[in-house]
Amino acid sequence: MKIGVLALQGAFREHVQMLRSLNVDAVEVRLPEQLRDLDGLIIPGGESTTIGKIATQYGLLEPIREMVAQGKPVWGTCAGMIVLAKDVGMRQPLIGVMDVKVKRNAFGRQVDSFETDLDIPEIMNGDKSPFHAIFIRAPLLESVGDNVQVLAKLEDGTIVAARQANLLATSFHPELTHDARFHKYFLEMVR
Amino acid sequence: MDKQVGTWAVKVGLAQMLKGGVIMDVTNAEQAKIAEDAGACAVMALERVPADIRKQGGVARMSDPTKIIEIMEAVSIPVMAKARIGHFVEAQVLEALGVDYVDESEVLTPADEENHIDKNQFNIPFVCGCRNLGEALRRINEGAAMIRTKGEAGTGDVVEAVRHARAVLGEIRHLQNMRPDEWYRAAKDLGAPYELVKEVAETGKLPVVNFAAGGIATPADAALMMQIGVDGVFVGSGIFKSSDPAVRAKAIVMATTHYNDPKIIADVSRGLGEPMLGIAARSIGEAEQLAVRGW
Repeated sequence: MKIGVLALQGAFREHVQMLRSLNVDAVEVRLPEQLRDLDGLIIPGGESTTIGKIATQYGLLEPIREMVAQGKPVWGTCAGMIVLAKDVGMRQPLIGVMDVKVKRNAFGRQVDSFETDLDIPEIMNGDKSPFHAIFIRAPLLESVGDNVQVLAKLEDGTIVAARQANLLATSFHPELTHDARFHKYFLEMVR
Repeated sequence: MDKQVGTWAVKVGLAQMLKGGVIMDVTNAEQAKIAEDAGACAVMALERVPADIRKQGGVARMSDPTKIIEIMEAVSIPVMAKARIGHFVEAQVLEALGVDYVDESEVLTPADEENHIDKNQFNIPFVCGCRNLGEALRRINEGAAMIRTKGEAGTGDVVEAVRHARAVLGEIRHLQNMRPDEWYRAAKDLGAPYELVKEVAETGKLPVVNFAAGGIATPADAALMMQIGVDGVFVGSGIFKSSDPAVRAKAIVMATTHYNDPKIIADVSRGLGEPMLGIAARSIGEAEQLAVRGW
């Protein structure tokens, strides 16, 4: 199994390290030809406008859409979730494949960035301890389509993780923790 | 569980999201839009770019809040702003304005020649300049959640940024080769806390993200700093003091992503117009050097 991590900008190294700690072949992806033999792709946190612009410049958006159409799993964390969404409420380059409406910088500016614990039954896999989630200038899922499964909510009902068939989206950063449960869940989607 | 704000993880975390990116100095909303459109991962809001501060002289202070708010409203990417070294009230003002990162910067005229800001007291994260590992670890000990090399701002001469990045990274490699019983003496020599020295020796890296700054003016300069081993770059005067800022800004963004691909760097370096004229860092007298501010 070979997983790519889109390495245009942002926290791609942390995803690669997490995957390698799980004995997965993980590679950094900067150009379209590097997508060819992948079984799955992670789009990391970073700045979504930056990632979208560089992806457009080097012709990555369409090949990633094709990967998604082929049924290969793609996971977006934070900025990655934004670029996967069909609707983000502003004009910027997107892959635009996931049937969700995202609100960017939904919690405010950096002073409002936060950490909290989440119960996410879908990924628990026997380990009942809550998932510690780090939200950094995070987006949220304002609404999701009928075909989208909600995986995690904050106490106030805000949707912060969801899955649609082979697409996975989280508004927080599992790659910044030492908890590999979300990465294992994604790898199960790939298997 | 309740939400916890202002934690070390969220302060360091924002810097981690900026990695592999270019942070650009801007002085108004129009420049901020140009930077965002070019793919900047954040902007630094200030009244005068370092090259103008150098030329015009006088006391350089925190920007007018009106300017900072104008820039915050113009873009969706993070906005940083500078406070003078040791001027904790300027930092309080920037926190109240809601900027995303404070740069306690030697580019402004220092307000305190003995003490830096106690950055642990703030919910907002700070980035600080350094010339070597000891300086970096002293700033981290005070609460800096991101480090940048000082370079020599406003020159367009990359030589000091290279010197400082090589110093930091070289000293880290040196620590990695030491026996644990030598870390105590290393802490004394670096003028840095033992616990941080131990952490760096064991992990082989700083505990926070490390960018390059001060003199980067071309796509090749940015790629040079990335290949030397920094996590991203700040470009100050280099963009808006060049003949075609939008094109140059985009080229520097692309070269920072593809820093290991000389063909792409060659391609993006074509037809950029005139870079900032610049001034050789070596020709600057000690009184005009910005990097020596702070300790």
